[in-house]
Amino acid sequence: MLSLKADIWRWSVLIPALLLAMPVLVVFGSVLSPDIEVWRHLRQTVLADYITNSLLLAFGTGAGALLIGTGTAWLVSQYQFIGRRVLQWLLLLPLAMPAYIIAYTYTGMFDFAGPLQSALRNYFGWRYGDYWFPEIRSLTGAILMLSLVLYPYVYMLARTAFREQSSSMLEASRTLGFSPRQHFWKVALPLARPALLTGVALAMMEAFADYGTVQYFGIATFTTGIFRTWFGMGSQGGAAQLAALLSSFVLVLLVLEQWSRRKIRYFYQGQRQQVSALRSLPVARQLLVALLCLLPVLLGFVIPASQLASWALPNWQQLFAADFVRLIWNSFSLAAMAAILSVMLALLFAYASRLRRDPFVRLPVRMAALGYAIPGTVIAIGVMIPLAWLDRNIDLLAEQWFDIRTGLLLSGTLFALLLAYSTRFLAVSLHSVEAGLERIKPSMDNAARSLGASPLQVLRRVHIPLLRGSVLTALMLVFVDVLKELPATLILRPFNFNTLAVRTYELASDERLADAALPALAIVCVSIIPVILLSRTLDASRGS
Amino acid sequence: MLVLDKLAVAYGPHVVVKDVSLALAEGQIGCLVGPSGCGKTTLLRAIAGFEPAASGSISLQQQVVSDQHTQLATEQRRVGMVFQDFALFPHLSVADNISFGLQGQSQTFKQDKVKQLLHLVGLPDLASRYPHQLSGGQQQRVALARALAPEPQVLLLDEPFSSLDAELREALARDIRHILQQLRITAVMVTHDQFEAFTMADMVGVMQHGKLQQWATPYELYHKPASRFVADFVGRGVLLPGEMLDAGRVKTCLGIFNQRYLQNASSGDKVDVLIRPDDVVHDDASGITAKVLEKSFRGSHILYTLALGGGEQVYCLALSHHNHAIDEQIGIRLDLDHLVLFPRI
Repeated sequence: MLSLKADIWRWSVLIPALLLAMPVLVVFGSVLSPDIEVWRHLRQTVLADYITNSLLLAFGTGAGALLIGTGTAWLVSQYQFIGRRVLQWLLLLPLAMPAYIIAYTYTGMFDFAGPLQSALRNYFGWRYGDYWFPEIRSLTGAILMLSLVLYPYVYMLARTAFREQSSSMLEASRTLGFSPRQHFWKVALPLARPALLTGVALAMMEAFADYGTVQYFGIATFTTGIFRTWFGMGSQGGAAQLAALLSSFVLVLLVLEQWSRRKIRYFYQGQRQQVSALRSLPVARQLLVALLCLLPVLLGFVIPASQLASWALPNWQQLFAADFVRLIWNSFSLAAMAAILSVMLALLFAYASRLRRDPFVRLPVRMAALGYAIPGTVIAIGVMIPLAWLDRNIDLLAEQWFDIRTGLLLSGTLFALLLAYSTRFLAVSLHSVEAGLERIKPSMDNAARSLGASPLQVLRRVHIPLLRGSVLTALMLVFVDVLKELPATLILRPFNFNTLAVRTYELASDERLADAALPALAIVCVSIIPVILLSRTLDASRGS
Repeated sequence: MLVLDKLAVAYGPHVVVKDVSLALAEGQIGCLVGPSGCGKTTLLRAIAGFEPAASGSISLQQQVVSDQHTQLATEQRRVGMVFQDFALFPHLSVADNISFGLQGQSQTFKQDKVKQLLHLVGLPDLASRYPHQLSGGQQQRVALARALAPEPQVLLLDEPFSSLDAELREALARDIRHILQQLRITAVMVTHDQFEAFTMADMVGVMQHGKLQQWATPYELYHKPASRFVADFVGRGVLLPGEMLDAGRVKTCLGIFNQRYLQNASSGDKVDVLIRPDDVVHDDASGITAKVLEKSFRGSHILYTLALGGGEQVYCLALSHHNHAIDEQIGIRLDLDHLVLFPRI
């Protein structure tokens, strides 16, 4: 009886987990049968560009995010200055700004026909070619854009790391003859290193995964290359192998991230949370520090958001146009479905892991959760290939046996999209749900049972009330992530099925930036919700 | 050599340490005890240079390091400190932690010093470990080695044993005392555990409300407390009411005692006499009897709580084979070496 029950749990985990792991497995499996012809062509022409540009983009973004994130985190965690309390959560706001949207916005503001250059020309009487202006549609521009919206990954982790360094660390350094400045370089920074590395790894993963920005800026990277190889050259195999190569870069980062996270645990083990007092500054210095911290908020959120608003405002009537309502409905219903599916899977996996602490459950779950590191483009390829194969064969068989053409049953339907989203965002929901479930100690189950509650009652009276918060958080996070997701949606969406993200991308690609502003602004507004949620959990963890 | 002269420390308008004067000769170990919030940790932090002096002064080796006008930065004071949470740097190995304060020294010097200190604290094989791989007691020893490495003028210990198991504490306290004596290190330790203080210290200071109530050897503190607070705080004991017969004698329900130290007392004054458990001797032959109210078995001894005829209670520490039942009347007599009297309030 017991072994049968164990089997049920194992199988109920194994099958969905394999399904979720499939896209990644397919992509890596494609390496076994390389498309030699396409591969040779790629190597002779663009492969070197893909690699250099992707690496430059990722490392540039990593460096930018590190600089902004560490700097602001140090200031906010160490000094008392005007507006510190507000700034420390405002600094998270750029997280709500998808990279492709900030890229369109700044392009609209800074390109030749944009308001800034026009004003300069008018004022100085310059004409085209008279003056030099930095080209925003460049690799440097892309690095800047990505750094501006991805630095909060570093900032969040760095702030916690700096904050949690016991005040006796600084005092110990000083009794050993080190000044506070020396302490920062010799102790505070090295101590925060695992946290900083984790943040940088996350930012770099996002940079590798970016499609919207580099496509719009016309930079040849892996993600744009995968699109071109698939849709331009018609080579699925070639695209999959590019995807595999990209994924192996990301996996290196993933290993780095996981390794750093383990280090974080060691570094803060057994230390008391004696939060050090904030250092005070003279007023002039306070203003300077506040301004420094305000800068990334302005550049990464306030300025682009205001620009979007000013573009969208004249078109506000569109809000109620059938077109836009349809767009909202598509986006929201899709995101809601994906969120519910992803949270249901997360609950299944989390409970299975809790009840069966064995590798037969743990391993498949960890594999299914790998998807968060894998770029959306790669996952889309990994979903598309097997589903298209299945469709072809089902169609063939159905025709042979029943004389029916089934057509596209799976690929090009919502099923494909939902599978891709679940693969990509399972880790997000699993993280929340597991954190919630961890708070329900096994002794609580025992206590409830000893007080006469049946297992179902334990679930209803103890688990559900305690889990509700984390389940809601998980739903919300996946919902917003799906809403923002661009490349996988672009590849896998059913014919003529538009979402806010896709519409923004299409309009912007057609240089209709002002028209793109409304859907873009809608995405940004919804994306603020999880940022607020995040800032509240950060504050709560500091308060305890 | 550490001298505090009328030191006061304040957080803003809130004066936390008042008028503290004390001195430690080279190689002496001093302990500060007192209830929480009494200012003992603040006093320690002032010596370290983390808190400025509001008035008075702190001198190390005849050099004033803190007074109203000067505050030598901590990193220039050559004070070593062992923290309550050890504050080991988790990103550095044990060896790197210990040599952290030896900047500017040669590699070989550092290596020798680390080796020598690890040997001293009894962890010769752990140089390449990281703090998270050590037990609490081992971390404590490494923290001590790290503080000692730069050869500080004075070593400060802030509740160094509070996060350790009870069994570990005593052994470690003895070991550390041994090490400090061996190196002739002047040290100040803060603790809330008076027995720890008695184990470690040459001089113990009892603090209350920011004031140093008494600065004396453990023996003096226990047997000649300077105030009711010290008498009450240190050790166990009761204050037995009595009356002065004249400047030299005091009458209590346990008899009349000669008072050697005259404290401006005159006949008829109401006083309280401090009676320690070891002052009350169990003696079957004694004419004075008391009723056993409670007993607590301590292995070699039994601590009895006794009720006297007038309802007063005293403690009596009796050898363990004098086993009496509760409610039994037993004979006692007082064996007072000296009297400690406080005027009745």
